[in-house]
Amino acid sequence: MKHRDPKLLVQPGPLLKQPLTTSMAMRDVLIALAPATLAGIWMFGLGALLVLLACIGGAVLTEWAFLPADERRDQLGNGSALVTGLLLGLTLPPALPLWMAFLGGVVSIGLGKIIWGGLGYNLFNPALVGRAFLLAAFPVAMTTWSAQTGSADFFQVPASNLAAPLMHVDYDGVTSATPLGLMKFQQESTALWDLMIGKTSGCIGETSGLLLILGGLFLAFRRDLDWRIPVSILAAVAAFSSLLFLIDAERYPGPLFSIFSGGLLIGAFYMATDPVSSPLTPRGAWIFGIGIGLLVVLIRVFGGFPEGVMYAILLMNAATPLIDRYTQPRVFGKGLKSPQGGQE
Amino acid sequence: MPKTQPDAYQEFFKGLWRENPVFAQVLGMCPMLAVTNSAVNGMAMGLATFFVLVASSLLVALLKRWIPRQVRISSFIIIIATFVTVTDYSLQALVPAIHKELGAFIPLIVANCLILGRQEAFASRQPARLALMDALGMATGFLFALVALGSVREILGEGALFGVDLFGPNFEPWVIMILPPGGFLTLGLLLLFFSWLAERRQKLAERLAEMEVEGS
Repeated sequence: MKHRDPKLLVQPGPLLKQPLTTSMAMRDVLIALAPATLAGIWMFGLGALLVLLACIGGAVLTEWAFLPADERRDQLGNGSALVTGLLLGLTLPPALPLWMAFLGGVVSIGLGKIIWGGLGYNLFNPALVGRAFLLAAFPVAMTTWSAQTGSADFFQVPASNLAAPLMHVDYDGVTSATPLGLMKFQQESTALWDLMIGKTSGCIGETSGLLLILGGLFLAFRRDLDWRIPVSILAAVAAFSSLLFLIDAERYPGPLFSIFSGGLLIGAFYMATDPVSSPLTPRGAWIFGIGIGLLVVLIRVFGGFPEGVMYAILLMNAATPLIDRYTQPRVFGKGLKSPQGGQE
Repeated sequence: MPKTQPDAYQEFFKGLWRENPVFAQVLGMCPMLAVTNSAVNGMAMGLATFFVLVASSLLVALLKRWIPRQVRISSFIIIIATFVTVTDYSLQALVPAIHKELGAFIPLIVANCLILGRQEAFASRQPARLALMDALGMATGFLFALVALGSVREILGEGALFGVDLFGPNFEPWVIMILPPGGFLTLGLLLLFFSWLAERRQKLAERLAEMEVEGS
């Protein structure tokens, strides 16, 4: 807006505006995820890229199909469906059949977002809703981890990727357990450096810890995420697993292993920080993060699954409205706790 | 048509669609979610409920003059429980496999709020003929809903319908559909679908009414 006389500016508030829009935030997330995504594709081959594309395709198509015609350009243009599809794809095993990945994208957007009323209204993180559905529907395919391919057979797409829609999967490639699976079922640890650079099997985007942290720091400096959430998650995981490690170093993994293994980093930086499904207040963010950290260690160590980041985040998503309610700041720092004047 | 005299056909058809016990009233959710992991189970449950609802509605309507108001609920329950017991033993004798599959949910038909609700809201206030038509309609609507839910879950969860294989041996079953979450998911999606249909019909009716007004 151009004003002829800047000294006499008359307009309604807010006068200070942040230049942050949804599409800019989504673009930042895409930039932040790019290194880990490229590394995942490099390590797991062309099949991983196809899985990512299938997820994104399912998510974007569902968004397009269920939006009213006049909102399509705005909503698809801001890239939120793209980010949801990408995040879902990064948490899937690289050899997953493409039709399952596509279905996951459809469920993510359909059941995770559209049904709640669209962007900004969902209670749970859409990408994790899709992943939880896939894990419950196809437990075998979702827990079969293919080993990393070398650069020589980059273009070799595993047959399991190309299974016909609704049809069974035949795994032909070399499968290997994830670091967390090895830890849980064989009490076998993995070298820390391999965990950091991602020389392990696992989901497409979760293996390279250092690249995920790099992207997370970028988002934190751009103020796209609330730094309290990843910090409190990682601190809680470190503290709780150190405690268990001190009790019995033979049985329980140490704090560094706990932080760098599995989907903790991608969950802490990119999924738990979803501004829609995490608490609004700083105090709420601390409670939210610590809750996730405790649940992650509890599920990993004492639960039936080797990995628990997804369930931990979904459970705390469910608690978010409650946390928001109890951490609401007082009006002008004093007086009644709730602005409605009711007694809490 | 003036709505002073309730019409038997109307009483029958309202249960099928407009006041469908599951898709419109959301009643009887416990058997709805618990036993519909296959179309056959859904149908068996639907038929059992059908018999109990129709028989007890008729009996309640016939006996309503002799049932004191103060003890009406317990009288209804005794009548319903009688027919549930008959159903329970008949199923056990005739189709022991299905009886075993449905398990505790056959005795639990007594607690189905749909049945007690029809006695209290309709059969105890209306003539026997209308009560019978109402019960037939509601029971058919319930049967339809159970079979619909069971079919969707069986097709996706086992790749079959009424035990007949649909997709060949290579089908990858959606495990979640057989499990309880699948019941909730399918029910929610079916509710969504039917209320969407109802909304469309209503809009169409409004448009037609508008056109009539303009035409006259």
